[in-house]
Amino acid sequence: MRLEDDAATHAALMLRVAQQADRQAFAQLFAHYAPRVKAFLMKSGTVPALAEDCAQDVMATVWRKAGQFDPSRASVATWIFTIARNRRIDVLRRDRRPEPEDLPWGPEPEPDQLDALALQRDTERLGQALAELPDEQRVLIERAYFGDLSHSEIATATGLPLGTIKSRIRLALEKLRQKLT
Amino acid sequence: MIRHHLSDDLLTGYSAGTLPEAFNLLVATHVSLCDECRARLGALDAVGGAVLDACETVPMADGALAATLARLGEAPEPVVVETPAAIFPAPLRDYVGGDAEAVRWRAVGGGVRQAILKTSSAASARLLYIPGGMAVPDHGHRGTELTLVLQGAFHDETDHFARGDVETADEDLEHTPTAMPGEPCICLAVTDAPLRFNSLIPRLLQPFLKI
Repeated sequence: MRLEDDAATHAALMLRVAQQADRQAFAQLFAHYAPRVKAFLMKSGTVPALAEDCAQDVMATVWRKAGQFDPSRASVATWIFTIARNRRIDVLRRDRRPEPEDLPWGPEPEPDQLDALALQRDTERLGQALAELPDEQRVLIERAYFGDLSHSEIATATGLPLGTIKSRIRLALEKLRQKLT
Repeated sequence: MIRHHLSDDLLTGYSAGTLPEAFNLLVATHVSLCDECRARLGALDAVGGAVLDACETVPMADGALAATLARLGEAPEPVVVETPAAIFPAPLRDYVGGDAEAVRWRAVGGGVRQAILKTSSAASARLLYIPGGMAVPDHGHRGTELTLVLQGAFHDETDHFARGDVETADEDLEHTPTAMPGEPCICLAVTDAPLRFNSLIPRLLQPFLKI
């Protein structure tokens, strides 16, 4: 199963977890993401047994914080990536990881469904663009996100369609701010 | 209106999770105040999402799903809308243990006060309190110094900085940040190397300032 086909499906599963505490939807997400999170943590230098534990932790956090997932601002893969990255910082560096102030829609999420769908599609396109980059460039970006490069070595992710995604998120934030005032 | 934003390098480092803790604190605090950088960060995080999704998979242990399901609560946590930032956004409040009134300041001369925040030693973070119209002693840097304004405003040889603005100063910049007249200027400053002051007294004091 490739995510190219189903970012929107995953977002729908995530909303079922958030709104209906749906364990079956969670199990489907677990089947797709847990083995990837484990691989991600191992590539970041975590030994297999610890990576297994952490991947389970990450998935338990996905359940616990499901209400914070906003499909108009992130794909499920992106959102889970941020949780896995934070877990990696906890475990490998034992640093605290300050996160921006949370900006939720509130107890009843109401992002526009079309906005959410557009963002999910843009994210799929980003995944394709990453896959199509010359190997050398793609590997550098992957290593950066595995935490394998120092901050000054990280190349800016050129050649990826980040502008559209940024604009979509910006729009979603504006709508959210209007609702909050 | 925020005019001075975070560099692509910093946002990428934050997204990839490779910055020292003090820099993460400044980025998280700025992003809490700046939707433009929040959106840029969201796009960079999407690259991380694409990398995660393209990862080859490593099978989970037998019974991993059952073990995880057994740990889940009845339902996900209810969503709490945090009180919006008074002076300090949530990530900074977590480090201070409250808003601006909770800071335990120490005088460093000329009416200027500072409070060092506890972070990992790879870089340091401190809060600065500069009374209106006063200057921070002229200083240069060995590394990178970022200054985020939380209250009031300051100006230096380069520009004017108000709430939410970040000044990025590298080794070449020797500057004298001066608070605008009026309310005291409160800033979060982080650096990856100790500052060096140019006038004699602050230089002698530097070991005691721990910056």
